[in-house]
Amino acid sequence: MSDQHFLRVDNLSKSYGANQVVKGVSFGFDKGEFISLLGPSGCGKTTILRMIAGFETPNGGAIHVDGKDITGLRPNERKLGMVFQAYALFPNLTVGDNIAFGLKVAGVPREQRRARVDEMLKLIGLPGYDKRYPYEMSGGQQQRVALARAIAPRPRLLLLDEPLSALDAKIRVSLREQIRAIQRELGITTVFVTHDQEEALSISDRVVVMNAGNIEQLGTPHDIYNRPATRFAATFVGHLNALPHATFGADRAIRPELISLSPRPDTDTTLVGTVSDIGFMGSVLRLKVDVEGTPLSIDTFNANAAPPQRGDQVTLHLAARDVLVLGAA
Amino acid sequence: MTDTVIPTATTARPRRLSFEWLGVAPFILFAVMFLILPTLYLVGAAFVGRDGQLTLDNIAGLFTEQILAAYWISIRISGASAILGALAGLAIALAIIRGRLPDGLRSAVMTFSGVASNFAGVPLAFAFISTLGRLGLVTIILKTVFDIDIYRAGFNILSFWGLTLTYLYFQIPLMILMIAPAIDGLKREWSEASQTLGATPLQFWLYVGFPILWPSFLGTLSLLFANAFGAIATAYALTGSSLNIVPILLYAQIRGDALQNPGLGAALALGMIIITAAANILYLVISARAERWMR
Amino acid sequence: MKADKFWSWLVFGLGAAYFLVPLIATFEFSLKMRRGYYSFDAYASVFADPDFQATFLYSSLVGLLAIVVGVLVVVPAVYFVRLRLPHLRPLMEFITLLPLIIPAIVLVYGYIRLYNSSSVIPFTGSALGTDILLTCAYVTLALPYMYRAVDTGMRAIDIKTLTEAAQIMGADTPRIIATVILPNILVAVLSGAFLTFAIVIGEFTITSLLNRPGFGPYLQIVGANRAYEPSALAILSFIITWGAMGMIQLLARFAPRTSARTD
Repeated sequence: MSDQHFLRVDNLSKSYGANQVVKGVSFGFDKGEFISLLGPSGCGKTTILRMIAGFETPNGGAIHVDGKDITGLRPNERKLGMVFQAYALFPNLTVGDNIAFGLKVAGVPREQRRARVDEMLKLIGLPGYDKRYPYEMSGGQQQRVALARAIAPRPRLLLLDEPLSALDAKIRVSLREQIRAIQRELGITTVFVTHDQEEALSISDRVVVMNAGNIEQLGTPHDIYNRPATRFAATFVGHLNALPHATFGADRAIRPELISLSPRPDTDTTLVGTVSDIGFMGSVLRLKVDVEGTPLSIDTFNANAAPPQRGDQVTLHLAARDVLVLGAA
Repeated sequence: MTDTVIPTATTARPRRLSFEWLGVAPFILFAVMFLILPTLYLVGAAFVGRDGQLTLDNIAGLFTEQILAAYWISIRISGASAILGALAGLAIALAIIRGRLPDGLRSAVMTFSGVASNFAGVPLAFAFISTLGRLGLVTIILKTVFDIDIYRAGFNILSFWGLTLTYLYFQIPLMILMIAPAIDGLKREWSEASQTLGATPLQFWLYVGFPILWPSFLGTLSLLFANAFGAIATAYALTGSSLNIVPILLYAQIRGDALQNPGLGAALALGMIIITAAANILYLVISARAERWMR
Repeated sequence: MKADKFWSWLVFGLGAAYFLVPLIATFEFSLKMRRGYYSFDAYASVFADPDFQATFLYSSLVGLLAIVVGVLVVVPAVYFVRLRLPHLRPLMEFITLLPLIIPAIVLVYGYIRLYNSSSVIPFTGSALGTDILLTCAYVTLALPYMYRAVDTGMRAIDIKTLTEAAQIMGADTPRIIATVILPNILVAVLSGAFLTFAIVIGEFTITSLLNRPGFGPYLQIVGANRAYEPSALAILSFIITWGAMGMIQLLARFAPRTSARTD
């Protein structure tokens, strides 16, 4: 771990009784990075976020932000912004007062607070909403206000605890893009906790894949997807086909979109199979093909031509360099 | 509710309607006979003179020194026991729910509150006589061990403070029971959000916690007030008819026409209704303002 | 955080002292009937008193009757209002709040004036009529508590789905209430019942003003004439109340939770 890292977590661990939920986790990130902690529920990602925020006390290890050890500080001394899954807006305060809350408790004069609130409302695309109460707004709007509230006091670090999980699928995508755009504009270092791999891959500079209290892999979304370091990382992120043992050997797998129905320049392996099912998902066609008793999923783009039918025999083309070797870990 | 369940709605409807109203009718009839009519009857009687004519004499009759004094001391005792009970109850509820005390303590306190809030009336008076009466345990211990004679210092269980202290025994638990759900309704995330925004615990309570509890607090306060204002058994058992509070005055009137004027008795009752209703209306007005952020 | 805990303990300790000291003092006093040493003589004296037995029995009987009437009045009303007449809900809430606002002494005064022996319904004209009136008065006093208990019970189970399921199988409304709804809210109804009992067993104001030989007026008379028995009676009353509340706590563990609470 280099000392220049803006956010540094060293050998962090946390237990509840005999149950160790975070097992000596270390990582470091640069200023302005957007980081995701990705993993199934119970993997320790939320606990790490809550230790960074100061709501949980680690049993061991340290957290540094901007070169300073914040491990022993109270949450209200850490100068962080946090957005919660269930918005957590103060229901008795207007949108404007919610956004100004951090400034008010810091003693910022009223005029400056007003200016900052207007600036924030413009940033999140809700100008003129300052007199509304949270209950008068949709979930997506409330979460944008919660984001504005978190960044209004100019925190050193922005923590997002599954902020999109309570929203509809459509709003989820647009808000995720908006969060990323705002984060880029402000250059604020951000830690994003999610169990949704698509969210993590699409939004992050780097992703920490976690399982059972340990880091499985830390890398860019591209690395994580194309070069998974562990069996868990490979299976948790994206779909994966286990290839038939007889032809490829044990523990060989491939992504569904890397199998083609037609020859490609880099094709070096072909398989013959029978189409057993066809799933039409709009832009993508997912075929299930049975090869020597092994079911394989194949994603191809939708084309305006007649798709294969069930029972058709097809030839599958794939490249050996796309085959993943799943480690024992 | 629309009738989407039964396809033969036209034939089923009248029968079902009658069932609905048959189910609710006893309740309505009951409320009319035992709540609304008796109350309205008294309200009416307060405006009828001995000769059967409409009059305001009964109302005017309330404005004598004795009756006004009775109302005043009743209001003071009810107000003091409601406010002190609400504050103490809130403090205890906060301590057991959010004070990081052992888990078992909460359910123990809630159960005890259920008991103590119903432990009113005559037995409660006995308990406080045994405790703070002239021969009460606490009185005697204070006198023999600490050499403090509370009765010579002016305390009397039959006085304003004695009665207030006794009423607190059911007021505090009632507050705990009524405010606990509101405290449970304070989400952990609100406190966490305020912390990450740099607020101290005091600032959180000042700007968020107490403002959210305020309507529930006020509502319970007005209930505690009405509760104490109408209470008679405890006071009567404690003081006989020596303490001049409105319920005891009314009791004496019902028993033996002590005011020698049935119309005046009705006016006395009307005054009680107006005061407890006013406490509740005040609550509704304030909470409607305080709750404009709620759905 | 340490300071937090200190204040919590302090508040709890002060509260505990305020609530426990009178109980201890009363108990201690109740043991002092025999000069010089502690004895249960006061309790023996209470139990031997035929008036104690008679008034306690009388109040228990009227209390039980009040519970039955209360259930019969409240359960169908809450059921139909929740299911079919939701617009009556605010009215129900208002009516059930009234007994908390109108003092009992005002109510009984109204009863005495309205239902006297020369009125259309002369409840107070006979002992039986007065007993009926007393029962109804107790139901009224307990109405807010019975209503809330039953309402909470019906909210916890999804009565709409249960009713529709029963209707599809061909049950009619009385049968649905008796065989489907009531068993599912039994715990709530029993909670309301015990609460009713705790409220009315020692009721003084109405019982005394209707001149009925109840336990409450008996307590008051003993208090005015005896020295040690009142303390013993206070302890006994506390135990009875505790018993009723303890039953509610116990029952709460058996409450059905068939649907997620929405609040």
